[in-house]
Amino acid sequence: MKALSQRRRHPLAAIALLLMGLLLTGGIYAVASNANEAKAQTSVSASDIEEGEKLFVANCATCHGMGAAGTEDGPSLIGVGAASVDFQVGTGRMPLQMQGPQALQKPVQFTEEQIQQMAAYVASLGAGPAIPSEELLDTSGEEVDPAAGGELFRVNCAMCHNAAAAGGALTRGKFAPTLEGVTEKHIYEAMVTGPQNMPVFSDANITPEDKQDIIAFLKIIEEQGSPGGADLGSLGPVSEGLFIWVAGLGVIIAFTVWLTSRSS
Amino acid sequence: MSSSAAGHQYQPKTSVGKITNFVDTRVGGSAIVKEFGRKIFPDHWTFMFGEVALYSFVILLLSGTFLTFFFDPSMAETHYDGSYVPLRGIEMSMAYASSLDISFDIRGGLFMRQVHHWSALLFVAAVSVHMLRVFFTGAFRRPRELNWVIGGVLLILAMAAGFTGYSLPDDLLSGNGLRIIDGVVKSIPVVGTYISFFLFGGEFPGTVIIPRLYVLHILLIPAMILLLIAIHLFLVVVHKHTQFPGPGRTNDNVVGYPVGPVYAAKAGGFFFIVFGIIAAISAAFTINPIWNYGPYDPSPVSAGTQPDWYIGWVDGALRLMPGVLGNFPFEWNIPLPWGTNTLSLNVLFPALVPAGIVFTLLFAWPWIEAWVTKDRREKHLLDRPRNAPTRTGIGVAGVVFYCVMWAAASSDLIATHFMVSLNDVTYWLRALVILGPVIGFVVARRIALALQRKDREIVLHGRETGRIVRLPHGEFIEVHEPVDEYKRYKLVSFDSPEALTAQPDVNGHVSKGEKRRALASRFFFEDRVAPVTPAELEQAHSHGHHGEVASEHDKASISSH
Repeated sequence: MKALSQRRRHPLAAIALLLMGLLLTGGIYAVASNANEAKAQTSVSASDIEEGEKLFVANCATCHGMGAAGTEDGPSLIGVGAASVDFQVGTGRMPLQMQGPQALQKPVQFTEEQIQQMAAYVASLGAGPAIPSEELLDTSGEEVDPAAGGELFRVNCAMCHNAAAAGGALTRGKFAPTLEGVTEKHIYEAMVTGPQNMPVFSDANITPEDKQDIIAFLKIIEEQGSPGGADLGSLGPVSEGLFIWVAGLGVIIAFTVWLTSRSS
Repeated sequence: MSSSAAGHQYQPKTSVGKITNFVDTRVGGSAIVKEFGRKIFPDHWTFMFGEVALYSFVILLLSGTFLTFFFDPSMAETHYDGSYVPLRGIEMSMAYASSLDISFDIRGGLFMRQVHHWSALLFVAAVSVHMLRVFFTGAFRRPRELNWVIGGVLLILAMAAGFTGYSLPDDLLSGNGLRIIDGVVKSIPVVGTYISFFLFGGEFPGTVIIPRLYVLHILLIPAMILLLIAIHLFLVVVHKHTQFPGPGRTNDNVVGYPVGPVYAAKAGGFFFIVFGIIAAISAAFTINPIWNYGPYDPSPVSAGTQPDWYIGWVDGALRLMPGVLGNFPFEWNIPLPWGTNTLSLNVLFPALVPAGIVFTLLFAWPWIEAWVTKDRREKHLLDRPRNAPTRTGIGVAGVVFYCVMWAAASSDLIATHFMVSLNDVTYWLRALVILGPVIGFVVARRIALALQRKDREIVLHGRETGRIVRLPHGEFIEVHEPVDEYKRYKLVSFDSPEALTAQPDVNGHVSKGEKRRALASRFFFEDRVAPVTPAELEQAHSHGHHGEVASEHDKASISSH
């Protein structure tokens, strides 16, 4: 005790105190905000990881490097989590068809089992968002509110994906794709991993319940179709203007020609 | 009325006849029908776009009246509890909630809303095409200059009616549109902010803009449109309709059919055709699905936010305008005695300058052309566009200028649908908005001149039949057939003004203005293809025996081989 009080005027005492303070607040924050903590992976065996590594080396390592450490052509995958692999490979974006502004969707190259094995391997390299469980994706519950999901969608997503989720342009050839036909799982994974140019919407940002609401909203507007007739691509006034000029005026001109051809 | 004046009273025998006679002797209907029913209108399909515009306006009045029964133009806040699930419980304005009710909870409401909106798009489109027809055929010339100006005002009013209507549902899309208007208003130097606060009753969006726009949309603007349409049509009757040149058609007559019974029946039927087309479109294709956009909230902006097509060119100009050019910024902060004023040329310039150029030229055009040609005679015969190459070229330049800006309003959709970079689309359109009109002018003028040459060729040497004949001495010729008189009349009878050199005034002095006019005249008429004269025609036919035009004699000799 005496030694401690004697050293309290030591030049490094202030720094030591600061470090202790930082450690304490950081530690408390880390414990308190477990929102961003990676979810526990469901039943992954060592053989899955082993198979996944083989697949990874054969199909992904060219760009992402051995041990997924990353190269000039592809980022490191350590810590991206299983959800990222499941989204990128499960939607056919990876393996990448070609370098470009962003990865394009193409037919899925692997079986569901292979995707899970690669996901398990990448997840084993470092903690990251896990593949969402079934109950996180279930939008049939009583407490799920698609209207609130719509509000969240308009505030957080519509500026890129369009209010009707029809997709939209970003800079220099990048784009936000249409969300029609995207599965609940992939929507959820896109939100937690932020693929391509999309920002990450972590659980601290949009809670899992809110994510459920958004998915419920998207599924409702997808299933209800267009109440007013053919939606012309849900692209807003541009396709409407194009339609009235081409189809509307076209038919009317045909009638004017017909009407004036009779009397002269 | 003449019958009563003659003192001899006509006594109808049936009760229906008595009623009609009673009305007629008070109103004078038969005289109007007699006069107007014999009014002659020429027939051509391009003359019917004004009618399309008129009919879509009638449909707009009918469907709009229905919508006013159910629309509540209030920005009071409410929570939606209608039948559209994805919006239930959401806070929104009464205007948006009642628009949703019209769409989902009022029988026939969605259909009527779509009829109203589709016919609005068709209305402005028909007005535009009608105006293009009038421009390219020269129907704006004396005595119709003022009617052309009225038409231009009607176009502006149509756009205003469309925009105020677009803003009424108070959904996200219309609110974003209003926000852009607010930005444009605020960019006006010094007074912009005051005008914006006056318009919105405080800071945007406020709580008064929807009711104000509603009054403009259902009262003031339609009343002005109606009034101007009445004057427009009255002037058409006064001036008589223009006609394309043809045998027997002169500047002093109108060749066509009378209103009654042919045109009355046709026009009445055509109204139902237009109505039917709009109804079919409205039943099968959705327009402005306001439920997709959600209630207006100043924070979110959806991708794919565009105005309706007729405002698109202004939106496109805003999209094309760079904020800085190299190191030159278009936003200036000007220190003034009372504080710093911001001059946002990057907003003000694209919002006002292109529209200013287009409408100034549009309104001034009849006088510009009269000044250049010094031709102030009445023109009731139309030009075929090819026979006025410079006017056609300038018109095409205007159309290209407009269309490039119009395309720029959908630059994001061009980028996603053609898989190109949004930035590149913007760069290309920036270049095209300057170069496009020039290219359009040169190409269109060249094509017009080439078509005139082709017309000349056809008149002089006949139509190519595609029949190749080998003559006895081994030569191959293609048989040309002379065109018939009616066709020839169309090809040779047109005005072809020549460049008019500067004329001295009474004092023998050539003024500077006159020199400028001579320059403009040279620009207009230096390159010209003269119509075939009778002498040229005679000459061409006389050496037709040498194979250029197969005369009857030639034909006989060819077929005998």
